[in-house]
Amino acid sequence: MTDLFMGPPDERGRFGDFGGRFVPEALMSACLELDEAYRDARVDETFARSLERELSLFAGRPTPVTPLERLSRRLDLRVFAKREDLAHTGSHKINNVLGQALLAQRMGKHRVIAETGAGQHGVATATAAARLGLACTVFMGEVDTKRQELNVFRMELLGATVVPVTSGSRTLKDAVNEALREWVTCVADTHYCIGSVMGPHPFPWMVREFQSVIGREAAHQLRELGVETPDVVVACVGGGSNAAGVFAGFAEGTSRLVGVEAAGGSAVGVGSPGVLHGMRSLLIQDEFGQIEEAESISAGLDYPGIGPEHAYLAARGRAEYVTAHDDEVIAALQVLSEDEGIIPALETAHAVAWLLREAGRSIAPGSTVLLNLSGRGDKDVAQVRALIRGES
Amino acid sequence: MTSLETALRRVRASGRTALVPYVMAGVTSDWTRLVEAAVHAGADAVEIGLPFSDPIMDGVVIQEAALRSLAAGTTLDSVCAELATLDVDAPLVAMTYYNVIHHYGVERAAHAFAHSSLRGAIIPDLPPEEAAPWERACAQNDVATVYLVAPSSPPARVARLAHATQGFAYAAARMAVTGSASDLGDARRVVNALRSVSDIPVYVGIGITTPDHAREAAQFADGVIVGSALMSLVLDGAGTTRVESFVRDFRRALDSTSTP
Ligand SMILES: Cc1ncc(COP(=O)(O)O)c(C=O)c1O
Repeated sequence: MTDLFMGPPDERGRFGDFGGRFVPEALMSACLELDEAYRDARVDETFARSLERELSLFAGRPTPVTPLERLSRRLDLRVFAKREDLAHTGSHKINNVLGQALLAQRMGKHRVIAETGAGQHGVATATAAARLGLACTVFMGEVDTKRQELNVFRMELLGATVVPVTSGSRTLKDAVNEALREWVTCVADTHYCIGSVMGPHPFPWMVREFQSVIGREAAHQLRELGVETPDVVVACVGGGSNAAGVFAGFAEGTSRLVGVEAAGGSAVGVGSPGVLHGMRSLLIQDEFGQIEEAESISAGLDYPGIGPEHAYLAARGRAEYVTAHDDEVIAALQVLSEDEGIIPALETAHAVAWLLREAGRSIAPGSTVLLNLSGRGDKDVAQVRALIRGES
Repeated sequence: MTSLETALRRVRASGRTALVPYVMAGVTSDWTRLVEAAVHAGADAVEIGLPFSDPIMDGVVIQEAALRSLAAGTTLDSVCAELATLDVDAPLVAMTYYNVIHHYGVERAAHAFAHSSLRGAIIPDLPPEEAAPWERACAQNDVATVYLVAPSSPPARVARLAHATQGFAYAAARMAVTGSASDLGDARRVVNALRSVSDIPVYVGIGITTPDHAREAAQFADGVIVGSALMSLVLDGAGTTRVESFVRDFRRALDSTSTP
């Protein structure tokens, strides 16, 4: 019997026991409206064409697959990188926001709101909003606005309003809370452009579909390079959007799918089932069901949950979820920079760290590996310098 | 019919507009005394907040109350234990978020509520579409599942929610989180929509901060819920006396309009 992985969720937005739509009544109509609009758009040629046009003429797709030759020799593997770092704004986040911004426009909404941790999704949303002439407000934990001052300024340059969030822990999960609170007040004219494969149905499915361009392109590009089925596909996981996007191209085959979480934010490793931000998924929580903070050097992975489809893939054993520690992540970032001339984002460096650790162990010599290079490291350079010099 | 609904229908039949203040459990060490004070001052039911770390339907006041309560170590068990020591006639209704209950276990939670005189529960992030296990557990324990209706709810959903809700229907006056406004917003429209499909008692909440709002709402609703305005006082240090006089002012305003 063959299982169909990464198809649509069921009628209630469930992937097995995970997902669903746990939202206040005030947001229910907006979620239903979005569901309908998205189902309509995904089978509409005109929508598909305008998204393809934006992805290629504005965002620079397709991004290449690069054989990482020196790293391959070092690890005795054949490693290929899907270069999402080369997409406009420097990460895969642009794929999702262009889809959602076009959908918002199609629904007649004039404004988008978004949450952001490190600022990558905020910058991408502000970019898409500028491109399409939408107003944009980004919620960012006060702690993160200080850690990522330049990204705040970037968003402002792009015409967005950045609202520092002072509630709760003042980081990513509170930015999501605040975006949801804001959305309640303005659902009629505003779309909530969520940044990963999380939230209430249809977001986890829709965001995965917008990101699946990564996996589709990569499968085709690998074939052109003579690789039918990579042995391993690896990506870092915050909420899980870049991982879902690349997995979508390989889930039906036999590739080993690996998601790498930050050791301090491992929803699959230490989490348990719970309900947060509109979804039932795996969450980091205490014994009373209070949500705990995720903590790592990469703000983009500091989310105490994981997208519901990943919780399902983990439960069914189709994908495995592992962790990388902060120190191996810094080392991995240096290796990729020196060996390949690519400075990856700290988030991405988690996937590289796992690869360095497992080459020759759970990854047999000579294996073919597709590494999803979710983003470039420019945003992290100051922080990495401080970490390497032992200043923080 | 749940015992909560029987009690609240009786309040309406007596010609009285129901007054339902909100108290966050654990917000102060003497929070149960605040509940008693509210009942002495004329509350017909009290909403008991069970704190959650990520309360997405609450504004800054109730967020702060939840944080204080959590910092003091409040848990579902500690709230139920303290409520067991309470001796009030008015029914108590829990207000919390689904993860607190989901994590505890729906059956255990409904059972614990029933044994600490919590006769209903408002869980804003649990719509009826996702609530089947919780509704089953509540049905076995005589705990009413109370649903909110929003100004954005289209007619078909109003009908569905009116059918699913027990005890009373919570008419949200506006598209906003708690404590963010101070007026009746769209309350009249939401109440009328509910009235046209159901005869369940309809209470208005979100935005009621003064006795004048309550008096106005009493002209078309069966009850009012007062949350952030009261919690704001408590966060500023108000004790039982102040809480009692605050609630009594609302009681007087409501009684000045009720038709006996
Ligand atoms: C470069 C990069 N990779 C990965 C992530 C994590 O998000 P996701 O797991 O949704 O791909 C982020 C988030 O900010 C990011 O900026």
